[in-house]
Amino acid sequence: MSKNSAKKIINDPLKCADELFEGLVLAYDGKARKVGRRSIVMNELRPDAPALLVGGGAGHEPIYHGLVGPGMADGAAIGDIFAAPPPDIVLEATEAVNRGKGVLYLYGNYAGDVLNFDLGAELAEEEGITVKTVIINDDVCSAPPSEKSKRRGVAGLVPVVKLAGAAAQTVDTLEELARIAQKAVDHTRSVGVSTKPGSIPATGEPTFELADDVIGLGMGIHGEKGVGLIPMCTADELAPKILDLLFADDLELNAGDEIVFFVNSLGSTHMMELLILLRAARPILEAKGLKVHQTILDNIVTCQEMAGVSFSITKLDDELKRLWDLPCESVGYTKL
Amino acid sequence: MPKSSLSSDQVKEMLLQVADAIIAAEPRLSEADRNLGDGDHGLGMQRGMTAGKEKLQELEAGTPIDKVFSSLGMAMMSSMGGASGAIFGSYFRAGGKALAGQEVFDSASLAGFLRAGVDGVKQRGGAKVGDKTAVDSMEPAAEKAAESTALPLPEAAAAAADAAIAGMEASKDMIAQFGRAKTLGEGCLGHPDAGAMSITVILGAMRDYIQA
Repeated sequence: MSKNSAKKIINDPLKCADELFEGLVLAYDGKARKVGRRSIVMNELRPDAPALLVGGGAGHEPIYHGLVGPGMADGAAIGDIFAAPPPDIVLEATEAVNRGKGVLYLYGNYAGDVLNFDLGAELAEEEGITVKTVIINDDVCSAPPSEKSKRRGVAGLVPVVKLAGAAAQTVDTLEELARIAQKAVDHTRSVGVSTKPGSIPATGEPTFELADDVIGLGMGIHGEKGVGLIPMCTADELAPKILDLLFADDLELNAGDEIVFFVNSLGSTHMMELLILLRAARPILEAKGLKVHQTILDNIVTCQEMAGVSFSITKLDDELKRLWDLPCESVGYTKL
Repeated sequence: MPKSSLSSDQVKEMLLQVADAIIAAEPRLSEADRNLGDGDHGLGMQRGMTAGKEKLQELEAGTPIDKVFSSLGMAMMSSMGGASGAIFGSYFRAGGKALAGQEVFDSASLAGFLRAGVDGVKQRGGAKVGDKTAVDSMEPAAEKAAESTALPLPEAAAAAADAAIAGMEASKDMIAQFGRAKTLGEGCLGHPDAGAMSITVILGAMRDYIQA
């Protein structure tokens, strides 16, 4: 039996993915339904429109499956804890969201997700459903700009899914939806830092090791190595370090540019800390001449009770700004 | 008595034995993965092969050889998820496809299966020899089987299984290029890849069935 060192309030540790899924469907109060083995799909979908399907492993709630909703994703394929959804789950979700105009797969860049969504796409194509894929790779510290295909997808997925979800409400072709989703990815960058690991629900073991007196700069959400360890420091000292990494990347940010600024907790880091970090970060953004069109502060991209934060910047052009301003609603992110 | 060729029902029996071997090897596979990844490779393979067994047992007698292999692949893929489900599922599916229309499984079939299987995995995942993945066992096994098509099936199967073990041993000296082990850099030296170890278990069980 598990040590359950994190004192998790669960039932059978091996059934977490299925049970959280059942709870998620209930949280939608009848607006979304269970499809097949482990997919969730909205009941009301815009007719004759291209579909937006997201997905990934469970355990990072509320993403990805909590991002299903009006103005967000049409559905999600859900894997086991920290494991990509298998191809038949991707297929069942694809069939349920498709309205004859094809389906866009939008998910983070992890080997298991790419393999299984690609296999799902092949199965869907065999059934005559057109599929396009846009892969989210916003994690600046996971590879240099010249090797973007190696970059992981982290918290920037939230503004990306929001923008793609808005596009799915307005465009008529899959090509156009994919173009906008790719543009949202291209305009988004994130840097995360970690102060404590999360734990694996089935075993209670920590997802990685990190000494008490250090911060993992640029660490991934499963504890993937970042750019290095720095001594534990204050919010005022940390915020510029994160922003420097974002500014040093290849997304051009000029005075006058409008951005969405997302401060995300990786799980247990408190809103108090997010607010203190925001207070530290905003003057730096303003000194660079950036105009924050919208701030998001929340824990949306998490890894159990992992502690740490990420900053994401999405640069808005006219098209993205128009899409950003449309309302959306989901368990994970709602904008009035 | 060693078998010079297998009927489709014998192929099914062989794969049931492969499934049992993987299920029994779970602690060893998980231990290997703990050194490099998140320690759940054995559990995933066990889940996949348990589902595979159920699927194989449902197959009617005389199910074509290619369908026997691909049924196991599909069952693994859908029960495992993650990267391993896609990789091992593709191995049996792509390998099986190469045997379409064949009524017996002989040394040439073994070579055809192993070649198409590893090619399918490489195409799917993009890994090559030296990246510290299952491909490091799959590729030498396929090459050895291709050189052994003139040998009786029991000898060809033994040669392929030995080549897979040598490939797994060689993976100890490699730095991982895929998955979570990639973030360890040189920290993964000295440990064999868990996926490569699974291939040695699979090919070892095939050899044992063919030789018994």
